[in-house]
Amino acid sequence: MAIFLFFLLSTVCVGAVLGMIISKNQAYSALFLVLAFVCLGGLFGLLGAPFMAVVQIIIYAGAIMVLFIFVIMMINLRQGLSPEKKKWTIALSLVLALVLLLELILAAKGASLGQSPEGSVSPKEIGQLLFTKYLYPFEITSILIIAALVGAIVLVKKREKE
Amino acid sequence: MKDIFWLIPFVPALSTLVLVLFGRKLPKKVVSWQACLSVFISFIIALISFLSLLKTPPESYPIVKNLFTWISAGSFSANLSFQFDPLSAVMALVVTGVGFLIHVYSVGYMAHDKSYTRYFTYLNLFTFAMLILVLASNMILMFVGWEGVGLCSYLLIGFWFEKHSAANAGKKAFIVNRIGDAGFILGILFIFLAVGSSEFTAVNQAISGGLIARGGATLIAILLFIGATGKSAQLPLYIWLPDAMEGPTPVSALIHAATMVTAGVYMVARMNLLFTYSGTAGNIVALVGALTAIFAATMALTQNDIKRVLAYSTISQLGYMFIGCGVGAYAAGIFHLYTHAFFKSLLFLAAGSVMHALSGELDMRKMGGLRKYLPWTYPTFLIGAIAIAGVPFLSGFFSKDAILTQAYAQGQYFVWALGLMGAILTAFYMFRLIFLTFHGKERLEPEAKKHLHESPKVMTIPLAILAFFSIVAGYVGLPVVLGKKANLFQNFLEPVIPPASEGHLSMGLEWTLILISVAVALLGIYIAYVFYLKRPDIPHNIVRRIPGVYKLLYNKYYVDEAYNAVIVNPLVKGSEVIYENFDLAVIDGALNGSASATGFFGRALSALQTGYVKDYVLVFLLGAVIIVGILLF
Amino acid sequence: MIPAGYFLLLSIILFVLGIIAFFVKRDLITQFMAVEIMLNAANLAFIALAKSHHFVDAQVIVFFIITVAAAEAAIGLAIILLIFRQKKSIKTEEMSSMKG
Repeated sequence: MAIFLFFLLSTVCVGAVLGMIISKNQAYSALFLVLAFVCLGGLFGLLGAPFMAVVQIIIYAGAIMVLFIFVIMMINLRQGLSPEKKKWTIALSLVLALVLLLELILAAKGASLGQSPEGSVSPKEIGQLLFTKYLYPFEITSILIIAALVGAIVLVKKREKE
Repeated sequence: MKDIFWLIPFVPALSTLVLVLFGRKLPKKVVSWQACLSVFISFIIALISFLSLLKTPPESYPIVKNLFTWISAGSFSANLSFQFDPLSAVMALVVTGVGFLIHVYSVGYMAHDKSYTRYFTYLNLFTFAMLILVLASNMILMFVGWEGVGLCSYLLIGFWFEKHSAANAGKKAFIVNRIGDAGFILGILFIFLAVGSSEFTAVNQAISGGLIARGGATLIAILLFIGATGKSAQLPLYIWLPDAMEGPTPVSALIHAATMVTAGVYMVARMNLLFTYSGTAGNIVALVGALTAIFAATMALTQNDIKRVLAYSTISQLGYMFIGCGVGAYAAGIFHLYTHAFFKSLLFLAAGSVMHALSGELDMRKMGGLRKYLPWTYPTFLIGAIAIAGVPFLSGFFSKDAILTQAYAQGQYFVWALGLMGAILTAFYMFRLIFLTFHGKERLEPEAKKHLHESPKVMTIPLAILAFFSIVAGYVGLPVVLGKKANLFQNFLEPVIPPASEGHLSMGLEWTLILISVAVALLGIYIAYVFYLKRPDIPHNIVRRIPGVYKLLYNKYYVDEAYNAVIVNPLVKGSEVIYENFDLAVIDGALNGSASATGFFGRALSALQTGYVKDYVLVFLLGAVIIVGILLF
Repeated sequence: MIPAGYFLLLSIILFVLGIIAFFVKRDLITQFMAVEIMLNAANLAFIALAKSHHFVDAQVIVFFIITVAAAEAAIGLAIILLIFRQKKSIKTEEMSSMKG
């Protein structure tokens, strides 16, 4: 059962990413990406991390991609752009990407993966860690978010006409 | 008391230092007093040391004062140490004594010069270097002084450096000197190889101990003598001395008459054991000296510049000194050095006085009849001329005669004959100078005649003092015919300079030789008298008859032109070729090449900076691939 | 039980796909989206390894990654907007003022 779910979700995910690459319309690319993120959320759930799954869907699919779509709509390009013209950069990057793929697979092969016990991780466990061991990063992150917030507003604000 | 002699060089050194640091701020009067006083103090110290030397027994010669070890590199070492013995005493007294008089004279001569302080700085520096040279106890320190006087000669000859001819003359002097110094340095190095030290005492011990082969000794002696030909203006390196007359006249008197040019003679005398041991070297020295004496005397015959006559005369007289040293009569050579210092510097200073009176004129064709106007300059000049001509009872006679007699006694008849011929020429050209300048018709420029005046006392008193010594200085070296004891000079120098080995002539022969010298001198004077006073048309007729010879002599045998064509120009051309083909092409090329290569690589690399983020990320990707690859394997 | 290796493989594939996407696309927005893909691939790897080593900290790390990615997305999009305002286009070929 779980395996079937896994293969379904992973196929859809990869398919969505491929669709995002192939699509010429940015809005379609964004929507494909939303699909991919939702699948990822499902995969997180399969891995026994329900909290993270939900966070992924809410924040990534729900907030970040919405931001993307807002900006796409604001930029309002009439037509999409065809893919890259310069052939050799694509070729080189494909080659390198494949090489990287192989290397990483090899690396992963050598990784020691222990037996994964059953059961998912409850939010309680994550919360415990978050507010004790990782308290400091947590607080810093909050400052980071404020900075991003203020920064985004200041950056985009139209200058007052003198 | 005898140990204070090492202070002799340092008094003028101190004065030089003060003048270098503060000279500009000091008033002229202070500079004059300080410069002259420092040399005078040196003279007093030299005198005291000399007197105390007389009291010490000869076995303790030389008295050495080692200040400190200057260079110590493995087996090579040289000390800053001075020595005092009769030879050093004579040289030190001459340098400081005559030097002092010339300093005083300069106060008057250079009074209107705008670089007054610089002049005295250089003059004091020169005195310091010369004293180091004569008081050094090893060859390395002597060489320091040797180079020092060469430097001061360059500085002082080119004193009026705005004049092209003066600057060139200074350069010429230094470069020609340098050529001689190459031989000198080689000589010092060989001595070092042979003896292991350059201290004179050690070298003399090695020679008398037979540690040096005769051939080696000859080689060293010749090399050292090459240095002497450069410094003392002998063939073939004499060419700088006539040009050196571009410098102020007191400089010519001090450096190119009394002291610096005599350094070569001093050096040969100091190394007398070496030269005697290698008989060949001595012969070469005597021959070169004799040839130079004649050669220079012939050139003096035709010069119209009053200082040039004296310059060639100096070269000629130095030749005599080398004759003396070469035949083994080193004491006679030094004796002539000593008397020559007096009358030659007197002649130069008096010539300077004449030039000063005529507002700088030095062409004898524009002089004449000056003896009425210069009551001090004329008599002193005359005394100097009589002395150099070798007229009896003045100093020049005693010293020149000593040399010629010894040359004959040693069997060097050719040298003796050349010396005798030189003596006639000497008398002739000196009195030609006297008659053209002071007697006969006045051929003065009207402007000069208007300002004609005798020189101030500060200039005439040194003249008088030098004239006095030109007369009496010879009496310390009376000829041996009058008894062995009579030659005080030679006896004084005996512990340092053994008298010439064979060299005993019969009394009759000695008196004959003396009479021949006297006759020759008087003959020269008489001929000059006839040529320039009685019948002035004779010189013109002679020139008309043998214009070729006259031109040859007047143009100094075209030696300078020959040197220029054969040596100087090829070297200059050669260095230009090397400059273009090596310096510019290779060295600059390499430099510029590496610069342009760097630029090239820079431009190539900057092609990577396209400004496109995608390309940069491509590079990131590449880097990531490499790093993961490395981590994997 | 699904072996963690499968998830790792998926994560790697997603990562490489993200790289390819970055190079293929020509406008800023989609390139930025490719970066987000890569981040998520890394997140997946983290969670997979968290499961296999029973290491809960990894999930907390993923939490932070998501947060920071959100902040970064906000700022990045603001900049893209500014660029669009300036240059009236978001084609990356035209952004070469850092040339040389």
